[in-house]
Amino acid sequence: MTAAAAAEPAEPLAQPLVHAVNVTKSFHHNEVLKGIDLDVDRGQVVCLLGPSGSGKTTFLRCINQLETIDGGRIWVDGDLMGYVDRDGKLYRLKNKEIAAQRREIGMVFQRFNLFPHKTAIENVAEAPIQVRGESRKPARARAQELLDRVGLGDRCTSYPAQLSGGQQQRVAIARALAMQPKLMLFDEPTSALDPELVGEVLAVMRELAEDGMTMIVVTHEMEFAREVADTVVFMDGGVVVESGPPRDVLGNPQHQRTKTFLTRLRSAHEHP
Amino acid sequence: MTVSDAVVEKRRGLSPRQRAQRSRGIQYAVLVVIVVVAAFTANWSQIANVFFKPEFVKSAFTSGLPGAFLKTIEYTAGAFVIGLVGGTLLALMRLSPVAPYRWIATAYIEFFRGLPAIVVFVAFSLLPLAFADLVIPLDPYGTVWLALGIVAAAYMAEVIRAGIQAVPKGQIEAARSLGMPVGVATRKIVLPQAFRIVLPPLANDLILLVKDSSLVFIIGTSAAAYELTGFGRDLANTESNLTPLVTAGFCYLVITLPLGLLVRWLEAKAARAH
Repeated sequence: MTAAAAAEPAEPLAQPLVHAVNVTKSFHHNEVLKGIDLDVDRGQVVCLLGPSGSGKTTFLRCINQLETIDGGRIWVDGDLMGYVDRDGKLYRLKNKEIAAQRREIGMVFQRFNLFPHKTAIENVAEAPIQVRGESRKPARARAQELLDRVGLGDRCTSYPAQLSGGQQQRVAIARALAMQPKLMLFDEPTSALDPELVGEVLAVMRELAEDGMTMIVVTHEMEFAREVADTVVFMDGGVVVESGPPRDVLGNPQHQRTKTFLTRLRSAHEHP
Repeated sequence: MTVSDAVVEKRRGLSPRQRAQRSRGIQYAVLVVIVVVAAFTANWSQIANVFFKPEFVKSAFTSGLPGAFLKTIEYTAGAFVIGLVGGTLLALMRLSPVAPYRWIATAYIEFFRGLPAIVVFVAFSLLPLAFADLVIPLDPYGTVWLALGIVAAAYMAEVIRAGIQAVPKGQIEAARSLGMPVGVATRKIVLPQAFRIVLPPLANDLILLVKDSSLVFIIGTSAAAYELTGFGRDLANTESNLTPLVTAGFCYLVITLPLGLLVRWLEAKAARAH
């Protein structure tokens, strides 16, 4: 794959941005991912759906190497994640090289994980300054722009503890965007939020999708998946059960497991 | 209260409040007896003469107490810096993925925590005998800082390690997901939070260090290098009166009591932050 990409520089956009093949992962003999294949094209929004324990979060974390994979391969923009391929044998990259790969991929966590000892603007500017060696002033100016973009331009000097959950998550999105990533990963970004705060975060994500950002989103927000996703992937028990456009997977699921899950999710929504 | 309990209460004729009052009354009575006995049996004028004689307090101040006070602070401060740097290094080694680093750090910490500090000081006092041409720079500070700092590093390493481990895992993941290399994530994200968490116990270690600095006289420093205890002991010896030592002792309280208040304030602040 990498070789093919190198041989055809004329059309680098032809390959999918994310190309995962037969990814497997176990925790203590418990196989969480049993061979996941996934392609995500540039500008696409993919929503990963599935019951808890289905492996969707683990898969997301494998993409940016927060988890090491046991088998298979993941390419992001032609880069083999975490490894170098020498004559078909994989060698683990150095930590520094993996860190460099992660710079291209933004991640938003369920529990925000903002740096509590830094203000909102410092949270956003920290990585560009520390990692890309940007000087303080332009980094902060860009951070200000990003905070404006997520609607928090007036909360720059607030510490995370002084912000609501929804505001924290929006700062977290701005922080990830500050590294100008090619790909954004969202790990249940609204699951830890009070219901009335979910909307503001989804609105920011919706705008991001409209601006053409490539996104992989683990979520239980059906409405969001239906309206924003290009592809919905339903996972269960460490495998992809079915995937396709939202109107097919959500509107007319083919597999019993998908149907059961969707029914449960709907009834949970209607009678919380 | 069940029915049978009520019956028992009635028979004794005392409510719980009455019983508490009686118990408190007995405790006060015992206290009064002890105070009265002490007041009549002890030789108060002699005690005052030996421990609290005003003229010796005055002579202590004129013959070098302020200098000794300053030395105690200097010894403590230098040792605290060594302990902090060494302790941070040891804590990072203990958490290192490289096994030999972990072994070395663990061995060091267990060795110097298990050893009475006085043994280390005796060892330092004997070093010049064993190594005739050994020179520790910044005499006497170098020797004192090293001796105190070596032990302090072992204690502080454990505190700092606990602090590092108390930083939520999500913080490291967030730093890594932003492409920060391990070193940057440790320096910029983990350690600042870890130190915030361990500030109260570190201030506590500082108090212990102030007191441990009293062991310095074992190294055999010259009179000019005396800290509070060495000074107090020396003067008490020559005057055959304990007042100088008591005065030096109060000087420790002048340092440790505010530090104790600082610890409590830091703890309250940390409790409020969570």
